[in-house]
Amino acid sequence: MSTLVDRLYEHRARHPDSLALALVLVLHDREETFTVGDFVARAECYANQLRVRGIGRGDLVILVIGHGEALVFSFWGALLLGAVPSIFPFLSDRLDPEHYYRNVRQLVERSEARAIIVGDAQREALEHALAGLPVPLIDAGELATITPPTDSMSEITPAAAPDDTAFLQHSSGSTGLQKGVMLSHRAVLNQIEAYSGAIGLRADDVVVSWLPLYHDMGLIAGFVMPLTAGVPLVLMSPFHWVRDPQILLHAIHRYRGTLCWLPNFAYNFLATRVRDSQIEGLDLSSWRAAINCSEPVAAASHRQFVQRFAPYGFQEAALSVCYAMAENTFAVTQTRLPGPPRIDRIDARMLRAAHRAVPASQDGAALEVVSCGQAIDGCEVRVVLPDGTDAPERQIGEIAIRSNSMLSGYYRQPELTAQSLRDGWYFTGDLGYLAGGELFVTGRRKDLIIVGGKNIYPQDIETIVNEISGVHPGRVAAFGVANERLGTEDIAVVAEVETSDPDRLGEIERQIRTFVAQRLDVTVRYVRLTGLRWLVKTSSGKVSRSATREKFLADFCQFVQQ
Amino acid sequence: METKRDMKEQLATFIKTELMRNPDYPLQNDEPLITGGLVDSFSLVELALFIEEQFGVHFDDVELTAQNMNTIDQIVGNIEAKL
Repeated sequence: MSTLVDRLYEHRARHPDSLALALVLVLHDREETFTVGDFVARAECYANQLRVRGIGRGDLVILVIGHGEALVFSFWGALLLGAVPSIFPFLSDRLDPEHYYRNVRQLVERSEARAIIVGDAQREALEHALAGLPVPLIDAGELATITPPTDSMSEITPAAAPDDTAFLQHSSGSTGLQKGVMLSHRAVLNQIEAYSGAIGLRADDVVVSWLPLYHDMGLIAGFVMPLTAGVPLVLMSPFHWVRDPQILLHAIHRYRGTLCWLPNFAYNFLATRVRDSQIEGLDLSSWRAAINCSEPVAAASHRQFVQRFAPYGFQEAALSVCYAMAENTFAVTQTRLPGPPRIDRIDARMLRAAHRAVPASQDGAALEVVSCGQAIDGCEVRVVLPDGTDAPERQIGEIAIRSNSMLSGYYRQPELTAQSLRDGWYFTGDLGYLAGGELFVTGRRKDLIIVGGKNIYPQDIETIVNEISGVHPGRVAAFGVANERLGTEDIAVVAEVETSDPDRLGEIERQIRTFVAQRLDVTVRYVRLTGLRWLVKTSSGKVSRSATREKFLADFCQFVQQ
Repeated sequence: METKRDMKEQLATFIKTELMRNPDYPLQNDEPLITGGLVDSFSLVELALFIEEQFGVHFDDVELTAQNMNTIDQIVGNIEAKL
């Protein structure tokens, strides 16, 4: 067994001159490309500069850097040393900087980080926020200094052993900051091997990605896997892509891209936002798999995408689905390639009433559930009933997984680790069923909201809203409402207030929207302020999000876009 | 040609009904839309399409940033510069 670093060096020994990475840079409207040899040399420079600053094996290094070259090589530089890099989510236009930097400070205080690598733009604010803490800030710019290592890198590497933690991945949302997923080199390599097999990864593949690197899909599928497996990667910034989605299609055309992972909303977004005039003459026929992952998959989103881009050579057979989570490094299941994935038409009434996925009759009202495929090698999937037994075929239960690519634990939270794993099985909180050996995901046991592939815990929103003056404390519910047009969920907040004065109501609504955006970087679509006792409670007196959601949909259906 | 005030009213109505889904919201012309969490970057593209249909003014995707389009006043200023 080796490490990620060994793989990178093996690959360089064989193909030093092949393309490793093309960074699409928005600032200069150009691309910077690195051969495998260039890539390793650059990462070694960063590693050497980090080593000079006292960083070594096992040291946690937090990366607070915008998307770009410095982030890429700081991450790999740390890996080469056997240090443990952890990428902090990016500061966006909307997040309240003060709150963001306070979060960084909390993470640093809790984590015994050895250093923080910081980009130019964040340096001053971070220095201020971390005042009094004994953690050095390292300028990413300084690491870029082109001084080749004085000693041979072989004296520095291999610094890590297979069971050492390779990196920390923050599983999601703001609550996720407290949940650092520790992944060993062994787990990550097992995942890469199994997942490469599932998608038939080949040396002539080209991965194209706009995904953020602090999220499992971007970090593994769109970064670590291609670079260690020796597959060229074309990487662009998520901010750049959201503003200008056509760049993804141009990159696929120019580099003959073959693989691209996307959350479901991106299919709708690309299909509706990109204009014909922007992509005239593009050829997308090289794209062999568009892999839908990280939020519920809608068959309608796939159909819309195929219809929109078939004239540019996109093939229906390239549609594909993956079910993944940070706790398993990344993929759990994957549909067979070429696709398209199987669509199960089930009776919606039976699903609600009996929690069974019964095939719909020809004329009855059917719900389309898109297959997530089969478990990848080394991974077992069970569907478990509340009594702990395995659900029969087509019966809904909680999805549990066990694999050789699972987390070693949550960073410095042994109790949380023990709670999440039962006899080696990780209970995902997702609901689904098995049919014909394939997994179908139908919902969630937890009240998690997923917006554009990003996990949002309703309690995080409710905590923020509860602090707003005028909101009746504890009388707040946040939940997701499906938005078919966007292919994702909208966030709704219902809060009981004591005023009926229109100016006060306007002010409370304004604060709800602003505070949630500034702290969680998501937009609340629906805000409904009601009188007292509107929210639905459970028998134990707690606000029931699901029952409140039903009432909201019934009462305000004229506002809700389905 | 539309007056500035008409334009602002039309934009406010679109934002309140289509994007925020609350026609009663007291939206101000100088209120931050993006940094204030009223509109997300995806909706900004929708807003640009509305502007194109209503006023015949086209914004490139790269112009649709929080710095550029954060208030109704600012958006109308940008529209007028292009008319």
